[in-house]
Amino acid sequence: MQPTHTAQRYVPRMLVILFVTLLAALTMATFSAGSAHADEVGTEFDFTISGNVQFDGEALGDVAIAVSGNGYEADTVTDADGRWAIGVPEKSTYEVTLDEETLPEGVVVTEGSNVIETEFGLTDRRSVNFFLGEGVRNTVSFFDQFVNRFFNGLNFGLLLALAAIGVSLIFGTTGLSNFAHAELITFGALMTLVFSVNFGLPIWLAILIAIALSGALGFSLDAVLWKPLRRKGVAVIPLMIVSIGLSLALRYLYQYFFGGSTSQLPGAGMADLKFGPISLSPIDLASMGISIVVLLAVAYFLLRTRIGKATRAVSDNPSLASASGIDVDNVIRIVWVVGAALAGLSGVLWAYFRPGVSWDMGFQMLLLVFAAVTLGGLGTAFGALVGSLIVGLFVELSTLWLPSDMKIVGALVILILVLLFRPQGILGRKERIG
Amino acid sequence: MDWGAIFGNAAVELISPTTAAYALAALGLAVHFGYTGLLNFGQAGFMALGAYGYAISILTFGFPVWGAFLVGVGASVIFALILGIPTLRLRADYLAIVTIAAAEIVRLLFTTNTFAAVTGSANGLSGYKNEFAALNPLAEGSYGFGPFENNAYDTWLRIVAWSIVILAALFVWQIMRSPWGRVIKGIREDEDAVRALGKNVYAYKMQSLIFGGVLGTIAGMIFALPRAVVPSNYQTTLTFFIYAILLLGGAATVLGPIIGSMIFWVLLSFFSGFISRAVEAGWLPFMTAIQGGQLRFILVGLAIMLIVIFRPQGIFGNKKELAFVR
Repeated sequence: MQPTHTAQRYVPRMLVILFVTLLAALTMATFSAGSAHADEVGTEFDFTISGNVQFDGEALGDVAIAVSGNGYEADTVTDADGRWAIGVPEKSTYEVTLDEETLPEGVVVTEGSNVIETEFGLTDRRSVNFFLGEGVRNTVSFFDQFVNRFFNGLNFGLLLALAAIGVSLIFGTTGLSNFAHAELITFGALMTLVFSVNFGLPIWLAILIAIALSGALGFSLDAVLWKPLRRKGVAVIPLMIVSIGLSLALRYLYQYFFGGSTSQLPGAGMADLKFGPISLSPIDLASMGISIVVLLAVAYFLLRTRIGKATRAVSDNPSLASASGIDVDNVIRIVWVVGAALAGLSGVLWAYFRPGVSWDMGFQMLLLVFAAVTLGGLGTAFGALVGSLIVGLFVELSTLWLPSDMKIVGALVILILVLLFRPQGILGRKERIG
Repeated sequence: MDWGAIFGNAAVELISPTTAAYALAALGLAVHFGYTGLLNFGQAGFMALGAYGYAISILTFGFPVWGAFLVGVGASVIFALILGIPTLRLRADYLAIVTIAAAEIVRLLFTTNTFAAVTGSANGLSGYKNEFAALNPLAEGSYGFGPFENNAYDTWLRIVAWSIVILAALFVWQIMRSPWGRVIKGIREDEDAVRALGKNVYAYKMQSLIFGGVLGTIAGMIFALPRAVVPSNYQTTLTFFIYAILLLGGAATVLGPIIGSMIFWVLLSFFSGFISRAVEAGWLPFMTAIQGGQLRFILVGLAIMLIVIFRPQGIFGNKKELAFVR
């Protein structure tokens, strides 16, 4: 599947680069008498990111552009022809930022954001262009921002809960803090990408296949790795370190096959719908709906079905459950399948929320999942749900006050504070923690 | 296939400052995990505090080397207190989650643009080496032989780094034979029994957390001296690599972390040299050079799993002194 994948992604990019180079050559030819770039930065490097800032066919000068990434940072302004170029030391991923403050009045970046992530393809030059349009910026009131962030946070919290319930159930039934859950999350998103983009299946079918495969992965991990280790009597802490090794191996295995780039699932970046102050895309709405339905189904499973009750019994006290005739191994197998399938679904929704599928996307979320599980009380499924919603809301709402590159810090600080004052978590019981 | 270059590059790692830094960090982790049974997953955070504490003290405040050293150590003591106070009374895995979270907080605080003036944000800091180089008593020229030949600064750095590692190893060896060390090992084996003997388990755990953390901090400074301080070096993966080294050598040993670090880096360097040349030579047509680099990390992950499952005491460990707490 790998060759198809690369071919499909590279051919359009090659074409774009060809086209841009042609355009650049033409422009250069036309303006050869004119000035060169007003302020060329990083000319000592071999690789260049460049672009052209225009609005309605008119070049915009003196617009500030900054490039950062990979430990390198540089900025420049566009020249009178609206062109800019920044040299960079390595062929890797960079973030290009257009300072909207420097645009003329009434002009904003309309499509996408003013920050574009770009990655070098086969050539040494990369072109980045922003889509400008008429508009007004930053007129959203604090209350509107708050409501908007609140719904984003709810969406994030719900998808976090899907992953957290799996972590919590696995912890409850086996005592394992599963660090490799991050890779189960990534797996769901990667499989959706493979089946929808590479095999061209409709997205709903691709997601269903990905969830089924995630469940199968959970089943085989339990059968091949965790069950033999439990039989061997390996203690909880070594099991946790094994899961760290597994997480590391799987994560780089994904990078081995899928590369370090970020790809988009079909339909990502759909236009937002407006509901008063709230702007949500149809995908956000679907994501929330799916999460709520699945979470209700899990709740029904845990509270009403025989096997769900058995799961809670094992979670409570494995030896007592075993003595009263519950097949503990079977329960754990089901927990692994359900937990992995939920993680896979969570990964798909996370890929739409971020947005993008990348090899380490699950690992980026893992700490927040652990924070959610600990907040709610280790080993309690409903605690994980409550914890996830709190973490999700907190992460998104904190961007109202904190810079957005620090939004995870807030959630992690809360985690430590909760452990200080209520170590058993919000829904946990005291005897669990000793 | 240039075998000479592959072996030469691998041999360089045997005494490189990076190997020394990982050995010292792993020694700190041996105090935490191997001897006391504390699951510290935030060693990368301690290392980051050491590196940034040193670099910021010199660049922003113009401290001398010893002052910068003390700032780094002081920062890590405070960090250990913050980590320890809420979690050392709780079950072991809480400490794991809190330390991993705290290390990420530290890294994100050094990464954010908000403090870019002091921390250099994602670009990190550099240009703090002159103060250390000025203490160099060696005359200009090159020292050593073969793959171990270095200029005066690099030789000086290696001498200092490995002296610190050896001193720390001797100190850990002695202190673990002392009454204090026996209590520490007792806490690992059975916390309640030690408490029944009237020992303040909480205080002992805190002392162990601070001591191992300070070793990690000094390791962070050694790690920073041959390169720039960049926040992305201090990700959770760094802690996992140190765990791999510790488990390889043996968690409750003094020599284990040091030899483990040498084996780890020599093998890693040998392997990446071999793979990249094998790819160039066309021996591995299904693989690119970049994929070869990732293969290393896949193998590190597999190695962690296999060691824990099949030889939990590591190379130097004693099966009787089990490396793992229950």
